[in-house]
Amino acid sequence: MTTLVPDSEARVRIARRIAREFLEQNRKLVINLGVGIPTMVTNYIQGRDIFIQAENGMLGVGRLAGEDEIDRQLINAGRQPVTETPGCSYFDSAASFGMIRGRHVDATVIGAFEVDQEGNIANWINPNGKQLGVGGAMDLVTGAKQVIVGMQHLTRDGTAKLVKRCSMPITGFAEVDIVVTELGVFYFTDARLVLQEIAPEVSLETLTVLTEAQFVVSRNLKTITV
Amino acid sequence: MRDQNKFLSIEQALAEIKAGSRIMIGGFGLAGYPEQLVEALAASGLRDLTIISNDLGSPGVGLGKLLTNGQIKALIGNYYNWNPEVAEAYAEGRIQVTLLPQGSFAEAIRAASVGIPAFYSAASAGTDLAVGKETREFSGRTYVLERAIHADVALIKAHKADGLGNLVYYKTARNFNPIMAAAAALTIAEVDEIVPTGALDPESIVTPHIFVDVIIRSA
Repeated sequence: MTTLVPDSEARVRIARRIAREFLEQNRKLVINLGVGIPTMVTNYIQGRDIFIQAENGMLGVGRLAGEDEIDRQLINAGRQPVTETPGCSYFDSAASFGMIRGRHVDATVIGAFEVDQEGNIANWINPNGKQLGVGGAMDLVTGAKQVIVGMQHLTRDGTAKLVKRCSMPITGFAEVDIVVTELGVFYFTDARLVLQEIAPEVSLETLTVLTEAQFVVSRNLKTITV
Repeated sequence: MRDQNKFLSIEQALAEIKAGSRIMIGGFGLAGYPEQLVEALAASGLRDLTIISNDLGSPGVGLGKLLTNGQIKALIGNYYNWNPEVAEAYAEGRIQVTLLPQGSFAEAIRAASVGIPAFYSAASAGTDLAVGKETREFSGRTYVLERAIHADVALIKAHKADGLGNLVYYKTARNFNPIMAAAAALTIAEVDEIVPTGALDPESIVTPHIFVDVIIRSA
């Protein structure tokens, strides 16, 4: 199948659109970012009172470290060397997940293999026998106040990632609040998946074909802006 | 708390560990793990170990060496995708693996350190990781009963120790180290620097000395 939006452009669009979700709230926020596209959100929230929490025990994570700044004892949860921000703090892993479980983190931004129309998310394991790990995903989706999924709309094979029912092992049930892909922005509202924004590259008909999950279209449908 | 001198050589420290022990090892990825204690444990050839740690480093690196050497009987932890040898060994039936959500894993260690036998968490409810675990509803939400995780020995990494064994940590090298220090029957800390008692600001001490039995200095 043809790619509607090139990979790198898709990833930047998703990260910038999620950043907007935070910038528009215009208030202090604590957010946790997963690996991949979610970490890219960091680039678009600089200079605002948005504090990044890393579950390996840091609040106030700065941008990724440059070549000459690398300290291998200062990393994010994706093991990438990072920098500090003024007022950052360190704490142990139990305190870190206490923040998450205790509802002190406003939002978690995570990737996913699949999200279904019930708001279930599958992102912890691809059961191919080559992976064995869960990370903080299950704690984050059940603990953070808001769960925002940032993922490309289709798998590499061109199949839908927004599905009727997750086929891969579930991370959390009915926990997803917002799904942002390069082709659409969907909110779960009253247990229904609602399309709020659509990419300029696709028609509603095309998007419906590329989305296995059933969704309704907002009366206020807009074009994605970042 | 030990009566005798806490400051031992790495050989003396390792002599405290027996084959078949349950050993907690601090660290997250390659940050904040007790590098020399792990090297010494790998060199010791002690077998049938149960290793309780967030991850298992990378293949042949850090904690990964223990698996490459065939010293591990069981793993209790959270994330082994950084070391594909774990999934391989598990698939071939060479090791047992118990996976817990990272927050439940951390809290289970903390619970052990404060005398709490079990606790409820919403994480993993209804998922593959909750199979066989008791659940209970509170205010309409399902929670999973997670049991405290104890260990015979904790091998941890700290930045500085004072003469009593009070510890302070360095940036994200802290991670699981303070909770493991308090959860094991015997805690061996590897530190970058030893300072005189009184030289650490009491307000900055993260692990009070009662939790630390043996200290070795990183060479």
